[in-house]
Amino acid sequence: MMDHSPLETHLLFHIGPVAISEAVVVTWGIVAGLGIASFLMTRRLRAHAGLKEAVLELIVGGISDQIRDAIRQRPDPFLPLIATLFIFLVVANLTMQVPGVTAPTARLETTGALALIVFFAGHVYGIRARGLKAYLTHYVRPNPLLLPLHVLAELTRTFSLMVRLFGNIMSHELIVALLLAVAGLFVPIPIMALGILIGLVQAYIFTVLATVYLAAATGSFET
Amino acid sequence: MTIETLSIIGAVVAVSIGAIMPAYAEGRAIAAAMEAIARQPEAAGPLSRTLFVGLAMIETMAIYCLVIALLLLYANPLVGAAP
Repeated sequence: MMDHSPLETHLLFHIGPVAISEAVVVTWGIVAGLGIASFLMTRRLRAHAGLKEAVLELIVGGISDQIRDAIRQRPDPFLPLIATLFIFLVVANLTMQVPGVTAPTARLETTGALALIVFFAGHVYGIRARGLKAYLTHYVRPNPLLLPLHVLAELTRTFSLMVRLFGNIMSHELIVALLLAVAGLFVPIPIMALGILIGLVQAYIFTVLATVYLAAATGSFET
Repeated sequence: MTIETLSIIGAVVAVSIGAIMPAYAEGRAIAAAMEAIARQPEAAGPLSRTLFVGLAMIETMAIYCLVIALLLLYANPLVGAAP
């Protein structure tokens, strides 16, 4: 019924010594598609907004409003990273609706990479906003005894960011595969429709949590 | 009982308990949010955003149990080489 475990990587081909998995190819496709689309959309923007400008303004303005609502401060410093994450996650989560394609976020390595981006971006934003010394001393505030707890909190929240997205998307694909094997062709369709909702909600949650973590690292927002 | 049988029982117990408790917790969280929205409908926006993030936090526990169960079934370190 299921020929391979949801935890192991599904290799497609090798480039030299590097094995290329299916998730990597799909991710490349999404990155290329989004990159070309963004390039074409932002070329020759006009002040008199047409359809293209309206769509772009809707997306960027909507994400920016959500960031402002979540952390109650200026969204500009976070907007590039957060908006990129959100748009990528929405597209990546929705690729599971395409027949024959596994969503890259249903693989542990993709979500691990995304969580690591948030992890390192937190340090970069924190150092940039507060300076290296002030950023490092926040680990020993209010008491040096809390240092292990601070470190543990950073590690576990990165881990949970990774496992949450992976678990939700992977379990959904597993359910669809199981239903298809047990019940036939048309039964999984409502569940697949639910998958659109799950993908969007998980993209939203990942982005909101990343925003909150980044804002917390800059010290202007308490988690 | 072999390790395989024990692993399957372990996976079943992990998923069942790991589904019951988060479901209960999510129910309580949603009930509290509903009550708050009924009292103050104008606060529905921030409340539902916080609710979503909180639900995701709770749901993570269930996902952890699912991952443990899948590890037991597919990548069990005690069974030897993966089939």
